[in-house]
Amino acid sequence: MSAAASAPSRRARLADAWWEYRQSPVAVIALAIVVLLLAAAFLAPLFAPQDPYDQAALDLFDARLEPGSVGGGGYVHLIGTDGMGRDLFSAILYGLRVSFTVGIAAGAVALALGASVGLVAAYYGGRIEALIMRTIDLQLSMPAILLALVLVAVLGQGMGPLIVALVAAQYAYFARTTHGAASAERRKDYIEAALSTPLPARRVLFKHLLPNALPPLIVVATVQVANAIALEATLSFLGLGLPMTEPSLGTLISNGFQYLLSGRYWISIYPGLVLMVLVVSINLVGDQVRHVLNPRRGR
Amino acid sequence: MIGFLIQRLIQAIAVVFVMSLIVFVGVYAIGNPIDVLIDPAADQALREALIRQYGFDQPLPVQYVTFLGNMLTGDFGESFVYRLPVLDLILSRLPATLELALSAMLIATLVGIPLGIWAGYKPDSLSAKLIMGFSVLGFSVPTFWVGLLLIMVFAVELGWLPSGGRGPTQEVMGVDVSILTGEGLSHILLPAFNLALFKLGLLIRLARAGMVEVMSSDFVRFARAQGLPERQVVSLHVLKNIAIPIVTVFGLEFGSTLAFAVVTETIFNWPGMGKLIIDSIMLLDRPVMVAYLILVVILFVTINLVVDLTYGQLDPRIRTKGAA
Repeated sequence: MSAAASAPSRRARLADAWWEYRQSPVAVIALAIVVLLLAAAFLAPLFAPQDPYDQAALDLFDARLEPGSVGGGGYVHLIGTDGMGRDLFSAILYGLRVSFTVGIAAGAVALALGASVGLVAAYYGGRIEALIMRTIDLQLSMPAILLALVLVAVLGQGMGPLIVALVAAQYAYFARTTHGAASAERRKDYIEAALSTPLPARRVLFKHLLPNALPPLIVVATVQVANAIALEATLSFLGLGLPMTEPSLGTLISNGFQYLLSGRYWISIYPGLVLMVLVVSINLVGDQVRHVLNPRRGR
Repeated sequence: MIGFLIQRLIQAIAVVFVMSLIVFVGVYAIGNPIDVLIDPAADQALREALIRQYGFDQPLPVQYVTFLGNMLTGDFGESFVYRLPVLDLILSRLPATLELALSAMLIATLVGIPLGIWAGYKPDSLSAKLIMGFSVLGFSVPTFWVGLLLIMVFAVELGWLPSGGRGPTQEVMGVDVSILTGEGLSHILLPAFNLALFKLGLLIRLARAGMVEVMSSDFVRFARAQGLPERQVVSLHVLKNIAIPIVTVFGLEFGSTLAFAVVTETIFNWPGMGKLIIDSIMLLDRPVMVAYLILVVILFVTINLVVDLTYGQLDPRIRTKGAA
């Protein structure tokens, strides 16, 4: 470790981390792709040729046009149209938006919930800790997709139930990670010192324990956003996620599946490609962040 | 050892009990099965007769106790849609799912572990990097999307393999099997590979991580210093030590393979339990949903138990701790 790292300002540490991150060109490209896709998703209304939610703009005569054809709207459908005559390029941009929204919302709520549960377990210890962590372990032994499947089946379709299902399926990963990091910190002297002062428990939890449990949490959060997006797509593909009026990438792929066997590959292949590139890129970014934040990397 | 076993068994039973309660309340308390089950055009008398027949007129706790009692005798009720006892229905789909899951695990193990061991043995080689790249793809790309690609390439474009279904089956000791005929094999190849991909990525990583760690340990250095040939160092000292995490994950992942079969079965139209549960959710066939979920919970608890006990066999340190 350099001298800068031993007495780092926040800025110097960030610069250090960024320098470390840049050492992998693949990770830099992956980050660029994620940023690009995020921008494309949230600026979609500015440059998508069509509003895919506007049912009036859809024309069934334009359905299943091949990539590059010109439809009734007078513009080129770069990657064709889907079964309802929707411009696929626009639909993907808006679908990306939905997928990001669901993934980030689910990831954020799961992070908040899981980190709180993990912190509480580490802080109180004893029976409370044993009970919480045993439950978490049990839940982790069940595959996330099964839990999400059940919840969606019970709660019904739509954005809200979907996010609840994803959070329930994922918070346990955050809880275990936080608990692992925080219970190691808990035994250190500075926490004992903080506890011996009349500070409220809340302050020790969030000011001392949480920041020190943060690095592994960031890594888990990155990966879990990718997982949430993939899980949402899977559920939508199975017909249990978002409806066709509010299509995510998964819904688009599912919708195109029926045309795949008749050779109209583009309707599900292009949304799928975007999904794949997105999920793999986020995972690659997460891998590199893990590498950068690993305290043992200096060895 | 026996104390450990009993403690684990009690825990397992408690878990199954709690899960049955959650599943039951979740599935029955939300939504009204009467509306789904009974034709809205049916007259009042018929309606009430049916409600009594299914026990929907009872309060929920009573329904649960009845349900639990029936469950203990293996009676999960009758499917609303198929009009068959649920347990029979699910068990009739079990062989197809097991066959698929086992084939997938076999592919993942036979391919994944050697690749992972190689990648850990020569971590800086190009081949190791390629293998690791493949493993990242394996578990980050959604299963259903790979399934679509497989269908598009091998079934639609090349026409080498069928796009779905199970093909003809042969009966072996009362169980339908499809891997024994060429036709059946051609049907299972794509779905099994599809289901295997995730585990493949995982096993590669696991075997590699174990390999890297063990290779740098003192006893390997010692074995080498003794002048043992490299082959013997690896097979005698290294492989044994990476076996524990692999066995655990293999056991735990078998359960999740059964769960993920839901996706693969839907894509490839494979007539297993997973396809049944998706259809049941779509049709709100509650008895099937409840029974499937409880069977899966029992399965997972059993697998966890078996893995815990196998652990003890592989690592004597855990066994003595458990006995103490």
